[in-house]
Amino acid sequence: MQPGPFLPENTLTPSAPAGGRQGTGPITHSTLENGLQIVVIPDHRTPVVTHMVWYQNGSADDPPGKSGIAHFLEHLMFKGTKAHPKGFSDLVAELGGQENAFTAYDYTAYFQRVAKEHLATMMGFEADRMTGLILTDDIVTPERDVVLEERRMRTDTDPAQQLNEAVQASLFPHHPYGTPVIGWGHEIETLDRSDALTYYERFYTPANAILIVAGDVDAAEVERLARETYGRIPAREKPPRRFRPQEPEPRAHRLVTLADAKVEQPAHERVFLVPSYTTAAPGEAEALEVLTHLLGGGHTSLLYRELVVERRLAVAVGAYYMGTSLDATRLWIYAMPTPGTSLEQLDEALDVVFAHLVEHAIDQADLQRARTRLVADAIYARDNQASLARWYGASLATGLTIEDIALWPERIEAVTAEDAQKAARKWLDKRRAVTGFLLPEAVAA
Amino acid sequence: MRAFAEAALSSRAGRVQRVFSPGGIEAWLVEEHTVPLVALEFSINGGASQDAPSRPGTATLLAGLLDEGAGPHDAEAFHRALDDKAIHLSFSADRDHISGHLQTLERNTEAAFDLLRLALNEGRFDPKPTERVREQMVATLKRDLNDPEAMANRAFRAAAFPDHPYGRAVRGELATLPSITRADLDDLRKRAFARATLKIAAVGAIDAATLARLLDEVFGAWPELPELVTVPATSVANLGTRRVIELDVPQTTIRFGRPGIHRRDPEFIPAMVVNYILGGGGLTTRLFHEVREKRGLAYSVYSQIQSFERAAMLAGSTSTKNERAAESLAVIESEIKLLASQGPSEAELDKAKKYLTGSYALSFDTSTKIAAQLVHLQQQGFDLSYLDERNKLVEAVTLAEAKRVGERLFGDGALLVTAVGRPAGM
Repeated sequence: MQPGPFLPENTLTPSAPAGGRQGTGPITHSTLENGLQIVVIPDHRTPVVTHMVWYQNGSADDPPGKSGIAHFLEHLMFKGTKAHPKGFSDLVAELGGQENAFTAYDYTAYFQRVAKEHLATMMGFEADRMTGLILTDDIVTPERDVVLEERRMRTDTDPAQQLNEAVQASLFPHHPYGTPVIGWGHEIETLDRSDALTYYERFYTPANAILIVAGDVDAAEVERLARETYGRIPAREKPPRRFRPQEPEPRAHRLVTLADAKVEQPAHERVFLVPSYTTAAPGEAEALEVLTHLLGGGHTSLLYRELVVERRLAVAVGAYYMGTSLDATRLWIYAMPTPGTSLEQLDEALDVVFAHLVEHAIDQADLQRARTRLVADAIYARDNQASLARWYGASLATGLTIEDIALWPERIEAVTAEDAQKAARKWLDKRRAVTGFLLPEAVAA
Repeated sequence: MRAFAEAALSSRAGRVQRVFSPGGIEAWLVEEHTVPLVALEFSINGGASQDAPSRPGTATLLAGLLDEGAGPHDAEAFHRALDDKAIHLSFSADRDHISGHLQTLERNTEAAFDLLRLALNEGRFDPKPTERVREQMVATLKRDLNDPEAMANRAFRAAAFPDHPYGRAVRGELATLPSITRADLDDLRKRAFARATLKIAAVGAIDAATLARLLDEVFGAWPELPELVTVPATSVANLGTRRVIELDVPQTTIRFGRPGIHRRDPEFIPAMVVNYILGGGGLTTRLFHEVREKRGLAYSVYSQIQSFERAAMLAGSTSTKNERAAESLAVIESEIKLLASQGPSEAELDKAKKYLTGSYALSFDTSTKIAAQLVHLQQQGFDLSYLDERNKLVEAVTLAEAKRVGERLFGDGALLVTAVGRPAGM
């Protein structure tokens, strides 16, 4: 066991490791005339379906000064349409369905999980709110308070999350990944009905949407139902191109500290700016995935062995590669020091491990173990239709294809020790990183 | 699993085999070969309620050490053996149980069960990993020391169950974690690891004969009877009191509760239905509507019925900015009293029953979820037939029954409340 990580501001994103990728039948991908994409992931073990619609816009597409609008609109999407003036949550519940939605940097997704006979009804509901949303100030204003309470709950009461916001903002001084998904408080306070509707008009179109259905269904039936529901929505112009300012090559390591009287357990994080599956050269993202696992994937990883077991500088350590990302992304190392260990000592020890990694050959057994576990994740994923639906949705919404997903295990298997080491040399460069120190108030002088 | 979730068409229970090993160990099995995976869940009685009063956290430490070296393998070698084959093995402790969770690729089933056997029979508890896991527990406690939700829960637990094992910290206390000894761990293992309270479920690509053989290998050496300390029945104390814990944050985290109706109580099903209407049902409950939708007071607000072995609780939580926290609590209290005095409407009851019956299948769509459900049913003493009866019981709840059980559940509406933050006027 290890104490859980201080994840970066990803509380609104699905916690999907970039991996794992095959259902229990052939997975199909098609497109309706109005541009809506359809992916069907059969899993005939239980008569249940997961129905999701992914819009290819997330918080990183919020207009300047309107941070949080993607997420605010996600909340407002539950409020009602002409056909369902009070929303359809009651109707989903009456059918025994579970529903929710989430906003991430690159996408916004809505889902229901229901018995398979109710799939057509869910598609009708979701198609209806792609164009029929009705908002009044009576509805918008209390919901904005709800979002502000959400921000208070997640961030304003938690120093670790506040540090994460500052670390991300430092890693992305130019690209909108530096702004939290939920938005900055002072901008959320100003969002109103017309901001929401303008954003809705711009992004909620069939050609910007990906329908994912996983579960006890077949592709032809889903496509037929999709034509009867989503297919009736007229095509709009091409989906808006996502224009985001890209980061320049970083040249300076940055250290961000946050001290707070509420902190009793210090923590360390270091986040590197690295390519994503979408932006990387062929094989490079897979090398980063294997490298991340070698470094911080559980009790047999290099960092755990060195910092936790051998040197006893950390009680917990881990690594995470946010590979499923439209633009250049984060490779993230976190650690919690043992009592009596300073964050500076921990930081130096981390550098020693990285230096060793780029200078010495990677152990073949370690490499094989990392690859084995990653590839096994793809098999474990097949047990969970909802997780599979999320992986496909997140991948497609960030520009990958179902072929990429199918080929992922062999691409991971193909990563050599040299590839992983090369990735470490190139990307684990401290000049590409922001280090975050979470400190008790007394220590921060 | 196909028919498994299809209660209307065939028997869900009919897909579960009761497997008895040659040595007399029982497991519930759903054999399913579509995906080449095997999941095993099990539990035994003997969680934190067995910790010595001066050494809370013993069961959690024990559970945390079971995969930290066993038999010929030290901690590193044991983890390597798991990771080399991508075997997922973990253990956990709650108030009443110690549980194990195993998931493996079908091709590694034998190796996975062998590592489980070692963990459960030949755990080494070597000094180094013991200190490491203890330090990890300490770090987690420190991290939660000023976390509003953790603080509200701690205060609630202590006030609800004073002088009872349920009032103690499952994950231990900073002051006393260092005093837990190797002898404490050995003692708990010896007292709790026994076959009489063992509940097991397996799901996936494994047949009954193979499972039966492996069960004997893993659990066969355990004694029949545990030697557990009796935990007295208890109920939520300090009703009608509020405890405000000062913390410099802009939002107040509120936890509230009162005695519940136990899972084994004949009136549990109507109680579950009534709680669904109050705050158990996600986006459609009275609390969600009144606190969140209408007034924008909180992002999250809910209530739930919790059943421990020896207590039941209606408990809930919300978080509102300090200026309006008192208003949130007032709305919650008033909704509870309203539901207690008037009962639900026919339409609410109907909707609740439709959701609770319709969504039952969603609890059975992955191997690990099915296995967890099957262990839970065994812990509560239900037969396999419950899998098919459960929805009928929900459907049979009448309005009069819902009203009566609501009165019993909510009583006079008196709550124990803990609040963390700087709530105005509370």
